[in-house]
Amino acid sequence: MTALLEVRDLEVTFRVGPMLSRRDIKGVAGVSFDVSPGETFALVGESGSGKTTLARAINGLQGISAGSVSFDGQRIDGLSTGAMKPMRKVMSMMFQDPVGSLSPRMTVGDLVTEPFRIHGVSVDFRAETERLLNLVGLNETFADRFPHQLSGGQARRVGVARAIALNPRLIIADEPTAGLDVSVQGEVLNLLNDLRERLGLAMVIITHNLHVVHHIADRMAVMYLGRFVETGDCEQIFDAPAHPYTAALLSANPEPDPDKARNRISLPAEVPSLLARPKGCEFHTRCPWASDRCSRDAPPVVDKDARKIACHYPLQPGARPPVAEATP
Amino acid sequence: MTVLSITDLNVFFSTEGGDLHALRDVSFDVPERRIVGIVGESGCGKSTLINAILGLLADNGRVGGGGIHFEGHDLTRLGPKEMQALRGPRIATVFQDPMGALNPVVSVGAQMRNIQYRSGLSRSEKDAKSVAILQKVRIPDAGAALARYPHEFSGGMKQRIAIAMALLMEPALLIADEPTTALDATLEVATIELLKELQQDIGCSVLFISHHLGVIAELCDDVVVMYAGEVVERGTTRQVFNNPGHPYAARLLECDPARQSERVRLLPTIPGEIPDLRHRPEGCIFAPRCDRRAPACEARQSELPLQTGHMARCALAEARS
Repeated sequence: MTALLEVRDLEVTFRVGPMLSRRDIKGVAGVSFDVSPGETFALVGESGSGKTTLARAINGLQGISAGSVSFDGQRIDGLSTGAMKPMRKVMSMMFQDPVGSLSPRMTVGDLVTEPFRIHGVSVDFRAETERLLNLVGLNETFADRFPHQLSGGQARRVGVARAIALNPRLIIADEPTAGLDVSVQGEVLNLLNDLRERLGLAMVIITHNLHVVHHIADRMAVMYLGRFVETGDCEQIFDAPAHPYTAALLSANPEPDPDKARNRISLPAEVPSLLARPKGCEFHTRCPWASDRCSRDAPPVVDKDARKIACHYPLQPGARPPVAEATP
Repeated sequence: MTVLSITDLNVFFSTEGGDLHALRDVSFDVPERRIVGIVGESGCGKSTLINAILGLLADNGRVGGGGIHFEGHDLTRLGPKEMQALRGPRIATVFQDPMGALNPVVSVGAQMRNIQYRSGLSRSEKDAKSVAILQKVRIPDAGAALARYPHEFSGGMKQRIAIAMALLMEPALLIADEPTTALDATLEVATIELLKELQQDIGCSVLFISHHLGVIAELCDDVVVMYAGEVVERGTTRQVFNNPGHPYAARLLECDPARQSERVRLLPTIPGEIPDLRHRPEGCIFAPRCDRRAPACEARQSELPLQTGHMARCALAEARS
């Protein structure tokens, strides 16, 4: 099957620091992945790991310094704003802040039909408003409200309505459920999933809620300091994480069960700065399994059972950190 | 011993559409040296409750009955001056956004000295105390950290500094409102563990507000479940999580994707919306969304004891032996 979205060796560089000691840092340092039609791909990682930058780079909102992005076989990186415009019709974005991404001066009705106006699609605005609001589970009376009159969950739904207005083929959703209550979170995710099934949408979902990833994503990538440390099938990764960072992330997931034994892999809290990337494997400063080799040589990305892992010593299922076992 | 005791608290807001009954008959205790969690969806009155405790209700809000008892005072009757003397030294707070608690243009050390202005200690003694607590919250090189400014720290470190500042005066009660929501899983867990450790060190009580059920389960001794401004269930964390008595509490727990061990594409939800609090139904507040609705739900619900210390505001809840 041909991929809908193809990202190859993508890099994003930022220039930081005062004029005389200006330096480049890599927010995204060479990532590659594919997303097929109808597939949900999840990006997970700590804040500052480059998830949002990667999403913006795919959508052309952020210039890239190396690599390529192709949509439906066509290169879309480096397109001018004008040339990118038709692409945004088929590739829409849901931003992180639900209320902040809606203009406070526009009504919900205007907001959900704004994509049609921007792309010069002539439709019956009244009918489209009704159709889209129904699709996301809001009734027509919402059309006259302003964003400040909406709750977080309702604003999120308006964001979804805007994202699907033009029947895109790919939605990039940045933290689509951050700050929502569990039942509302379920509604928004069910809605996206339903649209994915009915319209054959592909989705890239950025989140740090791993429970959500487990339920809705097909494949996932774990990001650390702008690189993918592990990519592969969601269920496989949840069953047996191979990269120590993935294992630590999964074990850190608080579960709503007071009696659950918590076999946690604790990491030193401090994430290295992008200005001073560690030598060798970039995770070795926090890795409980790290050896001399890890601080010397950067691990290559290896393919193993349809997974891509950047680690010298991929974990066996159920592995526990050596240090934790020594201390009772 | 009870540090904070809330009895039949009612809070109203006057709005254009009439009086909004934001909290109705809220009662619960925060015992000494325990961590009490409050869970509920947004709009359930968690923030109103904190503001009522702190005496910081908005101008259109008022307490209409009930009491908040803390260290021999009824906080609903104290004037602004007396409340101000309690806030900080006796009741400290940590919020979701640490930058709201830190002044960006004053060094961390100076801010921590300012907090101790009534301690009577010398400057160097104050600094020594600040360094000690910064070390406790695992700020690397705590001595040098005093001279640094908030923006020089990462998000997780800022939140830990905010926690250190809140606990600097060893308050009797710490109110933590979603302190880990903005953090990632690994940092979230580290922050919870730290909070637990400090709480035991200082011997204070904590009122912890969150909508993250996993965090509540891990951190809290007791849980209060709120819905639309009412306490629908309270008990120890084990009682509520393992054996919820109120249908809302049960549904809320079911909705957490973390509770589904099998992978499901369709996540459970609670159909319906929170009722308009300007027209509060007389009977059970959850009845319109409840799938176990019965004639008994038409009447005003009182709290039924299920077990020692475990209560549910539901006519259908049954006592357990």
